[in-house]
Amino acid sequence: MSDKPERFIDDEGLRLDGRRVDEIRPMKVEMGVLSRADGSCYLEWGNNKVLAAVYGPRELHPRRMQKPNEVLVRYKYNMASFSVEDRIRPGPSRRSTEISKVSGEAFEPVVMTQYYPGAVIDVFAEVLQADAGTRTAAINAATLALADAGIPMKGLVSACAVGKVDGQLVLDLNKPEDNYGQADLPVAMTQDGEITLLQMDGHLTPEELEEGLEMVKKGCQQILEIQREVLVSRYGNEDEEGEEAEEESPEEVPDSEEEEEERDDSFDNEESEAENADENDVTEEDEGEEDERQ
Amino acid sequence: MKRKIVYPGQVLSENEKQAGTGTYVHEGKVYSLFYGVANDKNRVTVVPFSGKYIPSPRDYVIGYVIEVTSSNWIFDIGSPYDGLLHVSEYPKRVDSSMMRKEIGIGDCAILRIKDVNTSMKVELSMKDRGLRRLDEGRIIDVSTTKVPRIIGHNGSMVSMLKKESNCDIFIGQNGRIWLKGKDEDMNRLTQAIEIIENKSHTSGLTNHISAFLRYEESDEIEEKEKPVPFTSSKKDYTEDACRKVDVLLSDEDEN
Repeated sequence: MSDKPERFIDDEGLRLDGRRVDEIRPMKVEMGVLSRADGSCYLEWGNNKVLAAVYGPRELHPRRMQKPNEVLVRYKYNMASFSVEDRIRPGPSRRSTEISKVSGEAFEPVVMTQYYPGAVIDVFAEVLQADAGTRTAAINAATLALADAGIPMKGLVSACAVGKVDGQLVLDLNKPEDNYGQADLPVAMTQDGEITLLQMDGHLTPEELEEGLEMVKKGCQQILEIQREVLVSRYGNEDEEGEEAEEESPEEVPDSEEEEEERDDSFDNEESEAENADENDVTEEDEGEEDERQ
Repeated sequence: MKRKIVYPGQVLSENEKQAGTGTYVHEGKVYSLFYGVANDKNRVTVVPFSGKYIPSPRDYVIGYVIEVTSSNWIFDIGSPYDGLLHVSEYPKRVDSSMMRKEIGIGDCAILRIKDVNTSMKVELSMKDRGLRRLDEGRIIDVSTTKVPRIIGHNGSMVSMLKKESNCDIFIGQNGRIWLKGKDEDMNRLTQAIEIIENKSHTSGLTNHISAFLRYEESDEIEEKEKPVPFTSSKKDYTEDACRKVDVLLSDEDEN
């Protein structure tokens, strides 16, 4: 059956899909694609197509799973039965259960769990089309879906894989490289380079592992840049419009800024000063609403 | 004074004393916690674009009954945590058997949050001015993060809405808004609120909405009022669609 290519890297240093060894596949992202989810993201990475949805924070049942002091992040990775050439049996498998567990844990260091005690944030990552590196693609999509849902996070998580083919380290494996390569090392990290997920399949020497981690760090930085770009440009056109509007009616500006300070007292900062400020805001708000009720 | 869109983990300030709500401090720098709009007026604050309502004491909310127990009404208040209204917090004395007659399952009410404890048990009260069961009008849902925008500074936006739409309005902190008025007025107001929700991060909204409610529709406003979806791929698709339409039209001509 072997459709194994004879060589993975040609004389010019190009891989089967024409990439260099340290190049990631092109990525396309769209946010807010599901109207019923609190946050969602559709991501295409090479031939991978992944859909991530976030629901919550919401009430957690069964109650025995509730954590009294923090929110539970429940991550579910699933591959659609049609996502690969040979139909896979739908439903949870050993593989998807494992990936769900480690991917969920990849978000533990960034999600501010203490804000929603006893609740749950459900993350569903659905692989619609698979072409190696689906768990990393799913994590990249899930990060953006979490941001879209307004979940407080210390930073974004970006994930990328590094592997070994023809005795050489390559970034972001594609399907043949994954299937017939010598190693696959998926990594997820925060913006500070703190590793939140690291798995390995195959064999690497300690030196190769270190070198691979350096490569993957660069890959993750590229992905983080894409994620940032998506987040900032999503309302980009609006922002310009907003600035125009500001020029039209400058007297509005101080108003709107005040309003926004009034929001969300629950996200207090540790500083007592901040708390005082919030209390003032609350009273202001109350006055505002007193008017409403006449 | 400038507002800008930020993502979680973005450095907002090098001075940790500037940390406001929606931010956190790590090694002396201030970072954003949310995907939202940052405001740096004396202290940096971040307002998220979306998020669930988290109950906090003294908030006014609109809830609906999901369960009646022997001494409590349990309200859905649009948050991960349900609210409890004890009979003793009802304005008049009610016998346990009469509770369902007073407020039955599915009934809506304006409530005040009396207390929230550390395990997020939410106690509600109806013993205050303006708190009551809602029997008429309609309730619309908006994102809780947009509520301050709809109220406006010192209620500037909401009083304008009231005046221009001839409707009675009550805005709950949980993002539920109660309206009462003539049907067409309520429809118009619902549209206006939708615009506020979609345009909440822009300035000059109050004047725009006021004009909208007065049916002063210049071409410019008409264009603005449609909530524009923010998808990046929108352009390619319209262009493509135009081409397809062109093809169809030319076919028709030939026939």
